Amino acid sequence: MMRVIGISSEAELFTDIPEKFRLNEPLDLPPALSEWEAVKLLHELAQDCQNLICFAGAGYYDHHVPAAVDHLIRRSEFYTAYTPYQAEVSQGTLQSIYEFQSMVCELMGLDVANASMYDGATAMAEAALMAHSIQKKRDKIILSITVNPHYRQVLETYNLGLRIPIEIGPRTSSGMTDLDSLADLLDDRTAAVIIQSPNFYGIIEDLAATAAMVHDAGALLIAVADPISLAVLKSPGECGADIAVGEGQPLGNALSFGGPVVGLFAAKQEYIRHMPGRIVGLTDDIEGRRGFVLTLQTREQHIRREKATSNICTNQGLNALAATVYMSTVGRQGLREVAEASAQIANYAFDQLVANGIEPLFPGAPFFREFAVRTRGTARTVIEQAAKRGILPGVALSRFPHIDIVDGLLIAFTEKRCKDEVDLLVDVLKEASDA
Amino acid sequence: MNDRNPQNPTAPLIFERSHTGRRGTTVPRPDVPTRPLAELIPAWAMRDKPPGLPEVPENEVVRHFTAISLKNHHVDKAFYPLGSCTMKYNPKVNEATARLPGLSDLHPFQPTAAVQGALRLMWELGEALKEISGMDAITLQPAAGAQGELVGAFLFRAYHTAKGDPRRKVIIPDSAHGTNPATVTMAGYEALTLKSSKEGRMDPAALESVLGDDVAGVMLTNPNTLGKFESDIETIARLVHDAGGLLYMDGANLNALMGITRPGDLGYDIVHINLHKTFSSPHGGGGPGAGPVAVKEHLAHFLPLPTLRHDADGTYSLDWERPTSIGKVHGFWGNFGVLVRAYTYIRMLGREGIPETARAAALNSAYVAARLGDTYEMPYGRGMHESVFSGAFLKKHGVRTLDVAKRLLDFGMHAPTIYFPLVVAEAIMTEPTETETKQELDRFCDAMLQIASEAAKDPDFVKNAPYSTPVRRLDEAKANRQPNVRYRAGDT
Repeated sequence: MMRVIGISSEAELFTDIPEKFRLNEPLDLPPALSEWEAVKLLHELAQDCQNLICFAGAGYYDHHVPAAVDHLIRRSEFYTAYTPYQAEVSQGTLQSIYEFQSMVCELMGLDVANASMYDGATAMAEAALMAHSIQKKRDKIILSITVNPHYRQVLETYNLGLRIPIEIGPRTSSGMTDLDSLADLLDDRTAAVIIQSPNFYGIIEDLAATAAMVHDAGALLIAVADPISLAVLKSPGECGADIAVGEGQPLGNALSFGGPVVGLFAAKQEYIRHMPGRIVGLTDDIEGRRGFVLTLQTREQHIRREKATSNICTNQGLNALAATVYMSTVGRQGLREVAEASAQIANYAFDQLVANGIEPLFPGAPFFREFAVRTRGTARTVIEQAAKRGILPGVALSRFPHIDIVDGLLIAFTEKRCKDEVDLLVDVLKEASDA
Repeated sequence: MNDRNPQNPTAPLIFERSHTGRRGTTVPRPDVPTRPLAELIPAWAMRDKPPGLPEVPENEVVRHFTAISLKNHHVDKAFYPLGSCTMKYNPKVNEATARLPGLSDLHPFQPTAAVQGALRLMWELGEALKEISGMDAITLQPAAGAQGELVGAFLFRAYHTAKGDPRRKVIIPDSAHGTNPATVTMAGYEALTLKSSKEGRMDPAALESVLGDDVAGVMLTNPNTLGKFESDIETIARLVHDAGGLLYMDGANLNALMGITRPGDLGYDIVHINLHKTFSSPHGGGGPGAGPVAVKEHLAHFLPLPTLRHDADGTYSLDWERPTSIGKVHGFWGNFGVLVRAYTYIRMLGREGIPETARAAALNSAYVAARLGDTYEMPYGRGMHESVFSGAFLKKHGVRTLDVAKRLLDFGMHAPTIYFPLVVAEAIMTEPTETETKQELDRFCDAMLQIASEAAKDPDFVKNAPYSTPVRRLDEAKANRQPNVRYRAGDT
């Protein structure tokens, strides 16, 4: 090869790098491991993590992933493929994204969806920027305080440069968005309102009433949703939301310590040209065969550069595929069963906890599959103690910014949890409050 | 619809395989006392009509996705000469380690004591990336290269705001990726495009003429998208720093440099690293990626929160006490599963394998340039790890670069990156990576040369390609004009 190139050493390929910048010493890295040594090391690291019975949620849930999901996303044809710019040799990826978009629209009750965002938090931040750009004469965003505080943090970061005024809508003492206060904040500068349902505390918000109020004021409604809940709860679209986003992890994606996951993003038809990210559309080839392409690309950074709707380039392709296979496998009936089982187990646990003297943080508020309780002492201590019994009893509210409840524990349920595990949870929390 | 190849029929949509009442999996029945759902959820919140998901048994789901998968080109099948995308082979062991129970089953809110192995992995990956990039501090949080760029632009803003003025502009060369200008706009900056020199590099004199106290910084890919090392980097870094700005490296092309030289040593203040390019995590049909951002010490305290801590007692934790941080950019700590793959890859390459990778990538690229350079013009000459050819010479036959790319698909190879960078007319950008054999490179070069001769003899033949792909050229105008982006029952 060097003869064809016309060089006598590989070093000649790097002569453009000034001599003084070329490394003379090897990097300070460990020596190469064989495959077995690497696997052994990774096993050691994995064993230095504890698998706990998981009652943690906060937007991220421990659902069963059917075997077919991992089997299919492990096909080389999917996971070693590039972004589907060359449509003729990417129909597998493109068709699966079209199906993903269709399913997200079904869940959200909206007209159009994109090929996915990085996660739920960034999807919400991008939705806020999108609503702001749609509303040419209005610049304010109102964010309910019951939205996941980490999502709020990501929005605040995304807003560092644009500096859109963001006002925080307070909550009632029952943990729901305070619609009276929201009415006071709404004005003719308000571009959009962001609300989450079920909200960060697991409580079902009155989306339809919020939408009516928001639209009366000429603003757009952005709803953040838990996709599993949408098997049984009214969709954001039905309630009048203009844009809906969510964390797609519960749909067939491994917990994987927080990523990679998949952000869901849907909107009303009229806003399609304002959407961020990739979108797949259906068309025909020159012989009339049905096919799929990336479409409306003039919104995107590789065409529009500094005038793009967002800087996002990748979607979370393989995670979106996992969600698509998941929704295909559990299907219409299965998703309802997953949702219903999660709700049933949550309600059983709620009753047992109350019967054992544990105090709910927001008694009487309607929840889907997650709720908050008060702990005796800090929730962090309770969690550390519970780990010794092999259980993760929930998420400490005190770890989030903008939340002033130090003794709050947020507990989530999925179809994977059984009665024995719930009884253990009750026992652990009761013990902590007796101590 | 007349399919010429009945072995390759148009696949139905998964919705078109649906039959009422079918299902692909079973869900456990709760073993707790239950009540009617209507007693658990208020009537006003209940959905009347379930979402229209398909109803398909598992065997049909598997057949469906297998059938459509076969319509994809992919690295495990054959070559991807995509410039700036670094489509290297994805080692299989990475897939195994990322799925180890104990790593794949962790909820991100497990207590620190229960995730020490995962945190140690992240810490050691960060240390390795700092060493490779020559930087002092790092965040692993960005979910993709473009998000890494966004973090970089926010670091510009944080740094200058702390000095009293965020400044207004960011300078970006005309050869840059589209994400660069899109990113600075999102961060509230104005993108100022700088024309490249005749050699395809940033011209220090041109740079000096636009630098000023309104410039927050410069984003400079290195080697740049023409594959050219920015050989004036020392002068460029000095000029930027003298003007009070910061120098950002888009690390898309780090595969060419790792173990050879280091962005930190070259004078860069910030670099983002694409783990899905340089460090072999799979592209997944368009993600997930990961875009860690490494910085010099003076920017460390602005990095997104949380960062990682390694305490004297040997424990690892997440550090949230960072009052000057730009904030969070991801719901959790980043694309952990991608980090596991990159960590496995780096440990297996080791200190010897890292520079060897860069050398082999440069050699493969130079070989392609040598074989094609006499036929396909290279307006800026040979690059390091990638070269940009021009298809402009085919215009006299009425053939465009797009046609060459489409014809290449008939040879069972992916097309190169085309029409980018914008500074080359009819650009054909090829980056072979280190994981292709000489035989595969020869097969590619032979195909490219054959296409050039086909274009001269029978232009229409090339213009109507591809012929052998699952579908032929698609009507993009129609897709744009009447967007159909989702299935609705009764559509087909």
